[in-house]
Amino acid sequence: MAKRKGMEVSIAIAEAASMCNVDVVSAYPITPQTHVVEHLADIVADGELDAEFIPVESEHAAMSACVGAAAAGARTFTATASQGLALMHEILFIASSLRTPIVMVVANRALSAPINIWNDHSDVMTERDVGWIQIFAENGQEAADLVVQAFRFGEDKRVLLPVMVHFDGFVVSHVVEPIEMLTHAEVKTFLPDYAPQQKLDIDAPISMGPVGIPAVYTEAKMAGEAVLRDAYGPIVECLDDFGKRFGRTYKPVETYRREDADILLVTMGGISETAMTWVDRARAAGEKVGLVRFRLWRPLPDKDFKEAVKGARVLAVVDRHFSPGGPGGPVAQEIKYILYGQKGAPSIVEFVAGLGGRDVGFADFDNMYKKAKAVLGGATVPPFEIVQVRGGHHGEA
Amino acid sequence: MEKLNVFAARLLPREDFVAQGHRACQGCAEVLAMRLVHKALGRNTIVASATGCMEIITSPYPETAWKVPWIHVAFENSASVISGVEAGYKALMRKGRYPKRKINFVAYGGDGATMDIGLQWLSGAVERGHDMIYVCYDNEAYMNTGIQRSSATPFGASTTTSPAGKVSIGQTTQKKNMPEIMAAHHIPYVATINPSYPFDLFEKVRKAAATPGPAYLHAFSACPTGWRMAPEKAVQIGRVAVETGVFPLYEVENGRYRITLETPQLRPMRDYLKPQGRFRHLSEDLIDEIEKRVHREYRELAAKVRVTNEEDRDGTRQG
Repeated sequence: MAKRKGMEVSIAIAEAASMCNVDVVSAYPITPQTHVVEHLADIVADGELDAEFIPVESEHAAMSACVGAAAAGARTFTATASQGLALMHEILFIASSLRTPIVMVVANRALSAPINIWNDHSDVMTERDVGWIQIFAENGQEAADLVVQAFRFGEDKRVLLPVMVHFDGFVVSHVVEPIEMLTHAEVKTFLPDYAPQQKLDIDAPISMGPVGIPAVYTEAKMAGEAVLRDAYGPIVECLDDFGKRFGRTYKPVETYRREDADILLVTMGGISETAMTWVDRARAAGEKVGLVRFRLWRPLPDKDFKEAVKGARVLAVVDRHFSPGGPGGPVAQEIKYILYGQKGAPSIVEFVAGLGGRDVGFADFDNMYKKAKAVLGGATVPPFEIVQVRGGHHGEA
Repeated sequence: MEKLNVFAARLLPREDFVAQGHRACQGCAEVLAMRLVHKALGRNTIVASATGCMEIITSPYPETAWKVPWIHVAFENSASVISGVEAGYKALMRKGRYPKRKINFVAYGGDGATMDIGLQWLSGAVERGHDMIYVCYDNEAYMNTGIQRSSATPFGASTTTSPAGKVSIGQTTQKKNMPEIMAAHHIPYVATINPSYPFDLFEKVRKAAATPGPAYLHAFSACPTGWRMAPEKAVQIGRVAVETGVFPLYEVENGRYRITLETPQLRPMRDYLKPQGRFRHLSEDLIDEIEKRVHREYRELAAKVRVTNEEDRDGTRQG
């Protein structure tokens, strides 16, 4: 096992992808993803990784070329963010439907307008239905480890699905962290060569992406649904095996100091680290509060989540995106889906925070916690609240 | 390069890779062009298809007309998809995970996929220098969705979104010159092909396949359904298109232009326009105007042939 070394998270991600011996990298530059692909380009240019680096003319083309490369049987990697992910949108559905196990890291960044290069989850949350496995890293160690695991469970012949590894733009991507990188030898034993079940091969011709008339479309979609839900097993197997081998165990849903907690914060991505530090402070002050976070987002680990929040009376959900004119934050809505109709289910207080890179600090968690505590005491609150808004909500003084 | 213009039909390969039983319209010269292209390319070919007529008629699941590996992803991106396939194989062959062999990487699209919605993807793929062939099957409108105009629709043609009417002559803009756009990318090989001239088509497809790097083929693809003409006239109209100068057969090889089928005396424009219902409404004045333009463009092409074949004073070739 290598020593922990201070390195920029984007660099660690690129090195992790390189250790996976990827065959094709196809990417287009977008802030804050650039350091990942720049470093991969360096690695290829120095001959440390034998891969084709395709410097495409757009993200749509990046994903299109990834589908082609994966369909040819090559291990394929890309990275993007925000507008780039949105531009790929059309092809994301096709990548999963054609069962091409591409791995893509997304340096989560706000969507325009106004144009904003900083972090929130509006890019990822608008891509929930694309049929990909989606997993969130809260720091650089997780991001680097999850890239390696993503190739293994994505390429698992029971799965064969593309995987998005999400990590927050700037606040994670550009941070220098102590990271323990796996060695090439360790990755080699953990991750077998990609052995596609089917590919575009002149010796065994197949047609991929044919017309699906109404008589077959539903079945095709059902097959996609079944394989993504069933991917849960192989994903957990892979996470467990990684833990056994390398001592870093990742779970689909993580909890922090949830024992005897009345109130649980629910977070995703980088702010979870700030939130856990805040939980420590609140615990020291005698508050019965803990934290739950989704690591795996698709397939939705509903059973794990139910188990994780058992006994809690209020969930304070911190979303990083919301549906304008709709039901609020997406994470909160999915939690309601998980808990609806369950006897003794906790109350849910919904917050939207940290939009477009606004820092979410202790004071913000203090405020959210105060409201959650009021609900615990029987108070009613608005269905969801965008916090940190200067001048308050519309309609307010 | 083999000289196929001395070949006879019986000497062409018998094997087809676009099988019969597909669902194209009667008299579709687009699928005829595609069948000939793949007859020329042979078995060691991987194909990426754009959305469009040739995609839907060959792939209604669970049937397929394709005897070579084929992938359809979306409308605008077949050039990007094949660039990924090519890069994938390049890496796998270099890394010893697939035997080293010659594979033709081919992408195709209709005129809409190529010249409108997919222009950026094609431009990017050929600019990057992938070893690929792109074929544009140009039937001069969005036929798959019901004959809507594209940037390939010729001046004066009536389509469902550029209809001729009491105050309209139909399409009011000039057809985009796509082969010239590709030639401007300075790729090694650009050519126009036409299924009414199968030997010329064969030779150009084989040349494109033998060319390392990107090659672009622009295929005249008569569409009796969309052009409002008799299906049995599709091959004939392809010949008239060449003889009138509407669709000259030429190639641009490393910058050098060559007209592959010389037409010393261009036939009158009326011979091409009259059999097609899409031009039925055109006045004699407009027909004269169209003819003048076609002749001017033909002269421009002949001038490019002269200029790019001239020797520099120091003996090196231009282009």
